[in-house]
Amino acid sequence: MVNRVQNRKDRWLGVLGIALALVLWECYAALIVRNSFLLPGPVDVAFAFIELLQKGILLLDFEVSLAHFGVGLGAALLVGIPIGIAMGWNRKADAFINPIIEILRPIPPLAWIPFAIIWFGFTTVSAGFVIFMGAAFPILINTYTGFRSVPRIFVEAGRMLGCTKNRDLIRYIAFPAALPSVVSGIRIATGVGWMCLVAAELFGVSDYGLGKNLWFYYNLHRMDAVVVYMILLGLIGLVIDMAFRHYIDRYFLKWQIGEVA
Amino acid sequence: MGDLQIRNLSQSFPREDGSILTVLDNLNFEVKDKEFVCILGSSGCGKTTLLRLIAGLDRAKNGDIILDGEKIHGTNPKVGFVFQEYSLFPWRTVIDNIAFGLEMKGMGKEERYRIADHYLQLVNLSQFRNSYPSELSGGMRQRVAVTRALALDPVLLLMDEPFGALDAQTRNTLQQELLQIWEKTRKTIVFITHSVDEAVFMADRIIVLTPRPGRLCRIFPVDLPRPRDRTSVDFARVRRDVLDQINRHCSIQ
Repeated sequence: MVNRVQNRKDRWLGVLGIALALVLWECYAALIVRNSFLLPGPVDVAFAFIELLQKGILLLDFEVSLAHFGVGLGAALLVGIPIGIAMGWNRKADAFINPIIEILRPIPPLAWIPFAIIWFGFTTVSAGFVIFMGAAFPILINTYTGFRSVPRIFVEAGRMLGCTKNRDLIRYIAFPAALPSVVSGIRIATGVGWMCLVAAELFGVSDYGLGKNLWFYYNLHRMDAVVVYMILLGLIGLVIDMAFRHYIDRYFLKWQIGEVA
Repeated sequence: MGDLQIRNLSQSFPREDGSILTVLDNLNFEVKDKEFVCILGSSGCGKTTLLRLIAGLDRAKNGDIILDGEKIHGTNPKVGFVFQEYSLFPWRTVIDNIAFGLEMKGMGKEERYRIADHYLQLVNLSQFRNSYPSELSGGMRQRVAVTRALALDPVLLLMDEPFGALDAQTRNTLQQELLQIWEKTRKTIVFITHSVDEAVFMADRIIVLTPRPGRLCRIFPVDLPRPRDRTSVDFARVRRDVLDQINRHCSIQ
């Protein structure tokens, strides 16, 4: 009870912090900088937001960006998890694939943009590919380490209970044991993938998109609109992460509750 | 049936410096059907190695393990195993842990839950049916682990110091419970321990191994009537005999 009351008080502190930051920002912009090109204040941004909403492009931007992100993250899951499992379960596969992964992994995802254009043209897949290059490695690496650290005793207990085929051991023992690590890899991947989104839309794969129009309004020197897009990108990223924390963790990892605390 | 024969069993591992570490040296013994045998020895005498070989988790360098006339190669649903450490699957509820082996056999949900519930009642844990292992105490976890091994109805139950990590009181309770279960289900049990007290309380026969490398040292039949009383004079006499002989013949010289 005491904790809950304390939490509510702390939440008020958070709201107060945001309000104070907005006031400071507005004062600094309106009284000191006095140039909405250099630093638009929150009031400018709010008007820009209403204007963009009335034009009806924000929803389209959101849909297009989500499509880019979905393609990239979906592909990262489809590629990262199976390769991670293969490497984590089989020493030979690990020795075979690991050097390639270690060479590809440090390449910044944005360095793939030229090939994204050459291979996929100016399409949704092309933007998805850049996001994929950012999201695949966290998923792969976390799946790999998750499988690597499956306690041997679980595998042996499984074998004693008639779970002897590799496929069954992976499905019934190793995967559930590694799931916390896999899930946290996916969570990191959503963050990295979302950060790649703006760059993936900069080279003109679509007419809409949060990243695309952020750049478009910069070219029009409409910095108030740029800030609208920045805030939207931040908030949507936050919502994705929170959905993850509250839905995925609660649902898939409920058996861990109490083990950590 | 659950007749176990160990013939000329040896196990050794190569050391890093190229020499060979002999863990078990030419073991020969038999465990009769429905018998409760304790294997006693100090740490490092190869008790666990022996049990893992019988379980089929490891392969022996030499010798045979014969269960009901058939040589054991690899794990086998006729042999159940209770590990020393915590081995329940933490992502499965108690009932799903117990039903795991039945699920692997391809049994339908309803039937495997019916069997699992039956065994759960045997250890009085029905109210924890849908709990996760992290919500159970150490003693309850080991009871579920025993139940999980029993659910597949093995003929031979191998137990590797299953109560070693528990406090003395819980351990006594679980020993009594296990004996009751054994009397009801009549499995052959091979139980590893380093406690003479535990061995005398539980076993029909006690097999004592020498330390490093593990060789057969002594076999004691325990003729005390059941249920046994730890505080009785006879119990103390048997325990003293066993300890005495171990000290004289089975410890490091």
